[in-house]
Amino acid sequence: MTAKKWPETWQEVNPGCMVFRPGSASEYHTGSWRAKRPIWENEKCIKCGVCYIYCPEGCVTEGADGFFEANLDYCKGCGICAHECWPAAIKMVNEED
Amino acid sequence: MGKRIGMEIALAAAEAAALCRPDVIAAYPITPNTHIPEHLSDIVAEGRLDAEYICVESEHSAISACCGASGTGARTFTATSSQGLLYMQEVLPIVSAMRLPVIMAIGNRAVSGPINIWNDHSDIMYQRDTGWVSLFAANGQETVDMMIQAFKIGEHRDVMLPVNINLDGFQLTHVVEPIFMPDQEEVDRFLPPYKPYAQLHPDKPMSMGTLGLPEIFNEAMRAKNEAILQSKKVVLDVWKEWEKQFGRKYEPVESYKTEGAETLLLTMGSMGETAEIAVDELRKDGVPVGLVKLKLWRPFPFEELRKVVKGAKSLAVMDRAVSFGGPGGPVFAEIRSALYDEPKKPRTLNFIIGLGGRDMVVEDFIKMAKKTASTKKLRPEDAYEIYGARE
Amino acid sequence: MLEIRWHGRGGQGAVTSVELLALSAIEEGKYAQGFPSFGPERRGAPVTAFNRVDDKQIKIRSGIYHPDVVVVLDESLVGLVNVAEGLKPTGILIVNTTKTLEQLKKHIRFEGRIATCDATGIAWKELGVPITNTTMLGALVKLTGAVKLESLDSPIKERFGRIAPKNQAAAKRAFEEVKIINEGSK
Repeated sequence: MTAKKWPETWQEVNPGCMVFRPGSASEYHTGSWRAKRPIWENEKCIKCGVCYIYCPEGCVTEGADGFFEANLDYCKGCGICAHECWPAAIKMVNEED
Repeated sequence: MGKRIGMEIALAAAEAAALCRPDVIAAYPITPNTHIPEHLSDIVAEGRLDAEYICVESEHSAISACCGASGTGARTFTATSSQGLLYMQEVLPIVSAMRLPVIMAIGNRAVSGPINIWNDHSDIMYQRDTGWVSLFAANGQETVDMMIQAFKIGEHRDVMLPVNINLDGFQLTHVVEPIFMPDQEEVDRFLPPYKPYAQLHPDKPMSMGTLGLPEIFNEAMRAKNEAILQSKKVVLDVWKEWEKQFGRKYEPVESYKTEGAETLLLTMGSMGETAEIAVDELRKDGVPVGLVKLKLWRPFPFEELRKVVKGAKSLAVMDRAVSFGGPGGPVFAEIRSALYDEPKKPRTLNFIIGLGGRDMVVEDFIKMAKKTASTKKLRPEDAYEIYGARE
Repeated sequence: MLEIRWHGRGGQGAVTSVELLALSAIEEGKYAQGFPSFGPERRGAPVTAFNRVDDKQIKIRSGIYHPDVVVVLDESLVGLVNVAEGLKPTGILIVNTTKTLEQLKKHIRFEGRIATCDATGIAWKELGVPITNTTMLGALVKLTGAVKLESLDSPIKERFGRIAPKNQAAAKRAFEEVKIINEGSK
């Protein structure tokens, strides 16, 4: 199924309002209204993965080098990763800076 | 003496229910009426209301608990919307058949598929045939007033039926506006303590909620129908009493600028207030338009409706629910039926609007009025449209 | 009739602002509506809330599309959301910010009156938290005269109890400190 424009006409609405594109919710970038973002200081990082576990959005990923970063499309800047980080290796900085 | 306050309408509805001194409240929250059961639970917890608040696990249990409690002679109250109301559905005709005056506030919300939490009338329109007396509030004041009136109507010995009060979800429930809130003394004067016709009690054994064989069911249905027909007179009397005590007038069908109107719009609920502005603007331009607002839905106000549309050339009925595959929206179909045998009746059109929270602006009502003024006679299946559906 | 749109983020008290303004107007004997953008929302997400204030009964129940006033509680929304959308050319935009007109104009297309107030700074000082809803009420009231400043007192007291005086102080400071940074064309 090809991507539909929004909002559709009544004729374009799929029967049953079914959604045939799996994972289409990923197009909703909840990170778009973020006010602060997490910055990892890898020198302090002990690679425990606590930030990855606690992220409520599930957008913290581990790189090939074992360090972590947030997917900024979805990161809402809640700061839980920074709060939970044991060695305080994550800083929340203003988006505009 | 009551006073003019500002309050969110859902909270005011809860306060009004509390003023009626219910004995039992069993409710389950659902958007957008959540504040009603929540606030009532606060009122009970604060000790302002001496009631048994039963936190049930579903709406089906809520209405069942209310039914049982009412059977023991308790004044009972519940509130719900949409899927919650539909979840209660199998019990609703039982409550009315058992002649128990359970009172329910409904924050009208669209019925799912697809899931929609916003305002329309589909939830109550599924309940047309359940035998409950049904009132529609257009603003915060009417909500509060009708909550109190409902108890008096339902508990009246000539009625003994459950009553629902309909207020638009979000459009009314979540709006803060000015309301004259009566005080406890005034409500006590208007609404005496409940004297049930019968009570389940171990000292006086009896049965409620019985089986009805074919030999008796027909007669039971006749009796139930007569009861709701009789309730019309009680509604009018209660409204007369209300006007006498509180100074606010209520009629089953309220007219707005219908004098000399050639085109009429008919609404239920809060959309009528926006429609009034459209009528004002059209009248300023010399267009003879008027508005009819239905406040009493069940029992259906035949007389009042026929009287108010007499003389109009065209009538637009605004529905906020679809009767899929049927002869137009539910209100439209009933209005047409009520007017079918009248020697002179207006040409009718049906606009199904405001579905699932779709906004209705003044310009929409103006457009609909103009279209209605120039409409020709149409069969019901051709006379309705789901207004504004993009195509 | 005055129509007002508030922009905030979920959890910043935009809904409380509209309630307090509606209650203040009603206490003055006026008519008012206060309502949120209807629907579920979560902390941090941009939300809008609305007021109508009038001397006579308000019958309109549709949404507000052409407000006379827009209040922005959180400056990070400027640029993210078109805060001036639908704002009447004769209207006023009130932003919680310390930014200059040039900086704001990078994100806002509005030629009418713009006013700013460091509500975050005031709130931090007076309340100890950067919740600017009551502060911005003071700014709104100064610029529109929708209600008298004193009329906010009783609803604030009712709502905030012990911490009401701090909120009243914050509103009063914003009332005094808000300034128009762009007069706008007639």
